[in-house]
Amino acid sequence: MRIHCPFCGERDLSEFSYLGDADSAEASGAAQSAQQLIEAVYLRANPAGAHRELWYHTFGCGSWLTVTRDTRTHAIFAVQLAKEYAP
Amino acid sequence: MSVYRLAGEGAIQRDRTLSFTFDGRRHSAYAGDTLASALLAAGVHLVGRSFKYHRPRGILTAGSEEPNALVELRCGARREPNTRATMIELFEGLQACSQNAWPSRVFDVGAINSLLSRLFVAGFYYKTFMWPAAWWEKVYEPAIRRAAGLGRASAEPDPDCYEKAHAFCDVLVIGSGPAGLAAALTAARAGARVLVCEEDFLPGGRLNGERHEIDGADAASWARNAVAELRALPEVRFMTRTTVFGVYDGATYGAIERVSDHLPMPPEHQPRQRFWKIVARRTVLATGALERTVVFGGNDRPGVMLAAAVRTYVNRYRVTPGRRVGLFTTGDDGWKTAFDLLDAQVEVPVIVDARAAVGAALLEQASRHDVQVVLGGQILSTAGARALRRVEVLDRDGRVRGVPVDALAVAGGWSPNLALATHLGMRPRWDESISAHVPADLPPSLCAVGAAAGEFSLAGALRSGAAAGRDAARTAGFDAPLVSWQTDEERLESSPLWFVPGSRGKAFVDYQHDVTAEDVALAVREGYRSAEHLKRYTTLGMGTDQGKTAQLNGHALLAARTGREVAEIGTIAARPPYTPVAIGALAARERGRNFRPYRLTPSHRWAETRGAVFVDTGQWRRAQWFALPGESDWRSTVAREVRSVRTAVGVCDVSTLGKIDVQGRDAASFLERIYANAVATLPVGRVRYGLMLRIDGMVLDDGTIAHLRDGHFLLSSSTAHVAQVMRHLTYAQQVLWPELDVQLTNVTEQWAQFAIAGPLARTLLERVCAEALALSNADLPHMACASLRWLGRRARLFRISFCGELGYELAVPARCAETTVRALMQAGESLGVTPYGTEALGVMRIEKGHVAGPEINGTTTAEDLGLGRLVSRHKDFIGRVLASRPALSAPDRPALVGLRPLDPHARLTSGAHLLAAGVPLSLQNDQGFVSSSAFSPTLGRWIGLGFLSRARERLGEQIRAYDPLRNLDLPVEVVRPVFYDPDGLRVKG
Amino acid sequence: MRYSLFTLLRQGLMAHRGWTPAWRDAAPKSAYRVLLIGGGGHGLATAYYLAKVHGITDVAVLEKGAIGLGNAGRNTTIIRSNYLLPGNLPFYEFSMQLWEGLERDLNYNAMVSQRGVLNLFHSDAQRDAFVRRGNAMRLHGVDAELLDAAAVRRMLPFLEFDNARFPIQGGLLQRRGGTARHDAVVWGYARAASELGVDIVQNCEVTGFLRSGERICGVQTTRGSIGAETIGIAVAGNSSRVAAMAGLRLPIESHVLQAFVSEAVKPLIPCVVTFGAGHFYISQSDKGGLVFGGDIDGYNSYAQRGNLPTVEDVCAGGMAVMPSIGRLRLLRSWGGIMDMSMDGSPIIDRTPLEGLYLNAGWCYGGFKATPASGYCFAHLLARGESHELTRAYRLERFASGHLIDEKGQGPQPNLH
Repeated sequence: MRIHCPFCGERDLSEFSYLGDADSAEASGAAQSAQQLIEAVYLRANPAGAHRELWYHTFGCGSWLTVTRDTRTHAIFAVQLAKEYAP
Repeated sequence: MSVYRLAGEGAIQRDRTLSFTFDGRRHSAYAGDTLASALLAAGVHLVGRSFKYHRPRGILTAGSEEPNALVELRCGARREPNTRATMIELFEGLQACSQNAWPSRVFDVGAINSLLSRLFVAGFYYKTFMWPAAWWEKVYEPAIRRAAGLGRASAEPDPDCYEKAHAFCDVLVIGSGPAGLAAALTAARAGARVLVCEEDFLPGGRLNGERHEIDGADAASWARNAVAELRALPEVRFMTRTTVFGVYDGATYGAIERVSDHLPMPPEHQPRQRFWKIVARRTVLATGALERTVVFGGNDRPGVMLAAAVRTYVNRYRVTPGRRVGLFTTGDDGWKTAFDLLDAQVEVPVIVDARAAVGAALLEQASRHDVQVVLGGQILSTAGARALRRVEVLDRDGRVRGVPVDALAVAGGWSPNLALATHLGMRPRWDESISAHVPADLPPSLCAVGAAAGEFSLAGALRSGAAAGRDAARTAGFDAPLVSWQTDEERLESSPLWFVPGSRGKAFVDYQHDVTAEDVALAVREGYRSAEHLKRYTTLGMGTDQGKTAQLNGHALLAARTGREVAEIGTIAARPPYTPVAIGALAARERGRNFRPYRLTPSHRWAETRGAVFVDTGQWRRAQWFALPGESDWRSTVAREVRSVRTAVGVCDVSTLGKIDVQGRDAASFLERIYANAVATLPVGRVRYGLMLRIDGMVLDDGTIAHLRDGHFLLSSSTAHVAQVMRHLTYAQQVLWPELDVQLTNVTEQWAQFAIAGPLARTLLERVCAEALALSNADLPHMACASLRWLGRRARLFRISFCGELGYELAVPARCAETTVRALMQAGESLGVTPYGTEALGVMRIEKGHVAGPEINGTTTAEDLGLGRLVSRHKDFIGRVLASRPALSAPDRPALVGLRPLDPHARLTSGAHLLAAGVPLSLQNDQGFVSSSAFSPTLGRWIGLGFLSRARERLGEQIRAYDPLRNLDLPVEVVRPVFYDPDGLRVKG
Repeated sequence: MRYSLFTLLRQGLMAHRGWTPAWRDAAPKSAYRVLLIGGGGHGLATAYYLAKVHGITDVAVLEKGAIGLGNAGRNTTIIRSNYLLPGNLPFYEFSMQLWEGLERDLNYNAMVSQRGVLNLFHSDAQRDAFVRRGNAMRLHGVDAELLDAAAVRRMLPFLEFDNARFPIQGGLLQRRGGTARHDAVVWGYARAASELGVDIVQNCEVTGFLRSGERICGVQTTRGSIGAETIGIAVAGNSSRVAAMAGLRLPIESHVLQAFVSEAVKPLIPCVVTFGAGHFYISQSDKGGLVFGGDIDGYNSYAQRGNLPTVEDVCAGGMAVMPSIGRLRLLRSWGGIMDMSMDGSPIIDRTPLEGLYLNAGWCYGGFKATPASGYCFAHLLARGESHELTRAYRLERFASGHLIDEKGQGPQPNLH
C-alpha cells in the first residue's frame, strides 16, 4: 500500500502507523457525556468498503492524515491533513 | 557424447564443459544446461521419490512449475532442500542429491508405502491413529513426521547474505517471451522507464524451446537481438534470474533476483539473492502459459514428460529424454514435439491423439516419417520398474496394444499462468474456447498479454504485447508507435481430455503430493466437494509447485464426479509467492546483531572506558553498571553504586528519557488538557511531575514538565514511551484541537542529560558551574530549572531527582556529552563521584517507591499507582471520563503496595503472586503480584513493589509471595510503598 | 460410519467404495430451534455441544460458502492455555482439556499434538512478566515451566544464541500446548454434529434478520428465510458486518493477519516457538512445512491478504532467532480477517436484541478456543445465561471498565 502524504508525496506503507476510524476519533474529542465517549472510543466504524481513517506519518513529517480507503480492496480514494479536516 | 545429447546449436556452450555430481556420481554437461537437462543428457531419468508412496519420479517439465524433480542442492550449511532441477543453472562442481529416499533413490525402502497404498488414501490419517491416546505424540506422529517432508534442511545458520533494493518504473514487464519482449520494446522505444523481469537465465521464454521464425530469422535470435536493443536503452533495466513473486497494494511488486545462485559461491561482497520492491505505474503480465498433463495410469513414471518441455530440451539444450519417444496429445500443439524429435533423428514410434480427427497437414507431415498415428486413442497405463519401458495404447476400436518407448511426451493443453493476476483477489474467468481460465477483473495498472491472457499463437503474443506496451507507455506520457513483426499465423486446435477413464494403475493428478484420480473420487464420496475442500482433504495443489500442473485436471475430475461443468468448480486462489522464496532473502540484512538498529547514549564511549556493562532498554543500549577491577559479582557493583549515591554523589547518563519541546501561545492550555494534574499553575522556572492518561483512563506515562519561559515547556517521558507519547501529543494537537497554537518537537536526541545525585551533588556542581548559576536552595530549590552557559554553549539545569537524593539533571547539547561527563567526573573526583547505571537507578527507585515500566503497564490507573491525589478534580483532560468507570474505581482493585519478606535474608522475586496467608492455592485466591523487586543495599534486605487487592486496608498484614516457577514461596509483610526517606527530605537538602 | 483402523482396512479391501459423506450437506428447513450463523470451527462446535450436552438437535449451521474456509482454515493451528488474567485463563484451560479428549469424543483424528509451546524471553522485564503469567497458570493447575538459556539451548540448539541482537535469556514452556490440524477440527465437529441431527447448510449467506417487535426471530438468506427461536452469530472476521444487519455496532475492528508456510522438510522444529523480541512464531506441521507468522498488518481490512512490510518483518524475526531457515523457502502466504476486539479478549454474550447472541472478538486466538467457545456458547444459547467460564466475556465490559487486557494496550485493536 502507498499513501500520498500531502507534505512528503507518495510513500510506502512502512512509513506510517495506523490509528483507526476518523469519525470516532473526532467524536471522542467532542463527546459531551460518558456514554458518548464510550461509544466513540469503543464502538468504532468497521465497514467493509469506504472507511475514513487516521494514519500517522511516523517515519516522515509527523502529520496525522485522514485517509479514505476501501477496506475490501485497500484502494485509497483521498488523503488530507487531519488538522485541515472540516466536516 | 551421450546418446541423449543431440547434435546442433541450441543455447548451450559446447566449448565449456562443466562437471557435477548427482548422488555422489560424477557427470559432465555444458554451460547453459540446467541440472535437469544435464541429468537427461547423462541418461539419469530417475531423479527422486514421491512424497507419500515413494514412487520413482523423473523430470516432468523444463521450468519453475516442476513438481517431481526436486533435489537437495549443495551441502553443509548451504544445503537447499526441494530445489527444482529444472531451475538449477549448472555450475562447475555442482553437488546435488536426491531426497526422500533411503538408502538410495534407486533402492528406496520407503517404497513399501506403495504396497500399503490401499490404506494410505487421501485423509486416511483422520480415520485412525486415535487409540491409544498417548500414542499419537509418542508413536504415530513421529513416524508420520519422519515419513513426511521432502528434503532435509540444514540446521546451521545460512552463511550467505541477502540484500534489499527498490525500483520505480513506468512499465514493469514480467516475462520476456515474445509478448513480454514486444511490450518492452514498444514501451522502451517510446522512452518510458521500462523494467523487465525474467525468471530464467536466458531471456526469450518459449522462443528458446520452439522452432519459430520472426521477421524471417529464427525466433531465438530475434529474442537475443531484442534483448540487446533493450539493454542498450538508457531507461531500461533488464533483469534475468529474477522472479516477480507477488503483487501487493499500491502497484508494488516483490521480486527476487538470484544474483549468485548460478555460481559455486557468492563472489566477495555480493549477496546470494537480492529482494526487489518494485513500484510500477503500469505492469504487463507476460508470464506465458503452463502445459497440463493428462491423468492416466502410470502417468508419473520417469520418462513421462510434458510435450513442450520435451521440445525445450530438444531445441534449447539439445537433449532428448529418450531414444524412442511416444506422444500422447490432446491438441495440434503436441505434434510439434513429435516433429522436432523426428527432425533431430529421434525415433517416435507412436503419436496418440485423443481427438478422433485432426488436420490433414499434421497427418501429411507425420506420414513422411515412420510413425504410427492413433487418432481417438488414449494411453491407459505405462510399464517399467524405475523408468518407462512401454505404454499401453487404447485405440478407438477398443483394442489395447503395448508400444515400447523409453519416454512419453504428454500434451494435455495449456492454461494461462494466472498466479500474479490473482494475488490481489481477482477471480479469473473460464474461457470455453481454450478450456482454461484467463485473467479477469484486473486493476487498471495491470494487464495480461500473450499466452498469459489465453492468446497462445506467436503472432497473437507479439500483437497483444506491442499493444499493451504502447498503452502502458502512453499512460506514462510517452507516445509510442505500434511496432509489428512478421510471423506465421498458426492456428492450433485442441480439445481437452482431462483424464483417461479406463486408466489402469494409479493415475496421478498431483504428482508431488501423490494425489490420484481415486483420491478425488474418494473425496467426492465423502462430501469434500468444493474445490477448497478437495484441496484440503487430498492436499491437491499444496506442494511446492502450488499445483501449477495439477489444479485444473483435479477440478475437471471433481466436476465429472459431481456432475458439474469445470467452469462451475471455480479456482483456488494462488498465494504469493509465485515460486518459493528463500526466507533469508525476505529478511535480507536484518538478522543476527543487525536484526534491529540500536542506539548508543551520547556518553557511550566514555562509559566503555569506565568498564560499563550495557543493557538493552528499548532501542537504547545503556550502561547497566560500571564494574571496578576486582568486582566479580554484579550485585556488589550495584550495591557500591547505590551506596555512593546515597552517601556521596553519582553521575548517570539519562539522555534516553524522552524530551519533548512544547511551544506556542496555547502551550499551557494544551498541556492542561493532556496531563491529569494541573499545569497552568506551574510558574516559569519550575518543574512539576506530570501524569498522562490514555483516553481509556489508564496511565500512559509519567515524567516531568518544565516551564522554561512563557509559552515554552519541556516535557520528559520514560525511555520506552517516547514514541508513544509523541504520537499521543501530535494526535491531540492535530486531530483533537487543531485550533490551539502549539508546536511539538521531539528533541530527545538533541540533548544529552546527566543526573548528578547524592548529598554532595551541589558541591560537585558548584565546582563546575558556580559562576554560571547560583545553586543554593533559595536560588534553585527542589523542582526548579534554569538556563546556563556550559562549555560556551546553552545548557539547562533541572533540580529533580529520581533516586530520592539531592539531585540535578544537567542537559547539554548532545555533542558536548562526553566532555561534560568527563568534566563532572573530574570535578567530583575528590568527592568520590561514582558513575552509576540503570541497575542502581532501578534499585533506588524501588527504595523510593517510584513507579516505572513494570507498574505503568497499561492496565493501571492513577489510583492503582497511588497517584490518585495528583489527579485534578477541577479540569477536563484526556482520560478523565473513562477513568471513572465503575470497575476502575472498585475497592478490591489491586493497588500499589510495598513488600518486605519477613525473613530479612529471603529473596523476593518479581512475578510472584500474592495470596492471603493460609488460604488454598487457587486462582480465586490470587490477590495480586510482585511487579518490581531488588536487593536494597541501603536497607540490607530484599524489598519489592507490587499490586494487591484492598491494599489500603492491609498495611502490616503478613501475606504470601508465591513463585512456583522459581520454587519460591515466602511470607512477606505489606508496607507503604516507600522504603527510604519516607518524608522526602533528602531531595530538599 | 465409525472411523477406525478396522474400517479403514475393510474399506481398503473394497477400494474405499463404501465411505459415505462425512456430514450431510443439508438443505435449510423453514425454521429451527437454534440457528448458528457461521460454519467455522466455533459455529460447528457450538452446534455439536448443543446437540451433545443440551440435547438440542433442531439446529442449523448456516455457512455462506463451504464450511471451515474462514479463519478456521487459515490459522497457524496453535493450541495453548498460557494466559495471565483470571477472565481468560480458566476458559482457555478448559479448552485445552477439551482438546485433550477431542479425537475420541468426535471419532475424528484432529491430530492434536501436545509438543509444547515455548515463549522465548530476552530481557529481565520480559522474564518477570512471563513468570507472572506462568505463576498464574500454576495457581490454576496449568503446567508452566521456566527455562533458562542453557535449557532452551539444549532443547533447540539451532536457535541464534551467539550472534543475537536480543540474546535469548530463557523461555516459558507449556508442554501441554502444541498444535492441531485445523481442517480436521472443522470436519470432525461437522461430522459429529451432523450425526447428532444438526443441519449443516452450505452456500447459504445470511443477508438480513427477521424481527418480531424487539425480538429477532429469523434470518433472510440467499436460500430463503429461516425462522428460529434463538440465533447465534459466530462469524469472527465478519462480526461487524453481520451485526450491522441487525443494527448493532460492536467493539471490534477487522484486521488482516498474515500466515506463512515453508516448503516441506524433514523434522526440524520439535515444538512451537515464539520470539520475544520481534513478531515471529513458528512450528512444523506433520506434513513438514514450517508454519509461521507474526503481527497483524495493522489497518482495517476485509481483503484476506496483506502487504510486504509485515512479510519482511516476520521473516526478519525468523532470521533473527533461527538463522538456519534462511535457505528454506517460503511456499505460501495468506491472510485471515481477525475480529480485533477493543481489549484483545473475546465476547460471548447476549446482544441487546432478544433472541440474538454473539460469539466474536477472538483476535488471533480463536482457533485454540474452538472447543471451549463452542461449549460455552452452546450453554448460553441453551440456557440463556453465560457459562461461568465466559462470565467475563460480556459486551458491557467496555462501558463498565471490566476490561480483560492481557497486553495492556488499551482501546487500540491493532496493538493487541
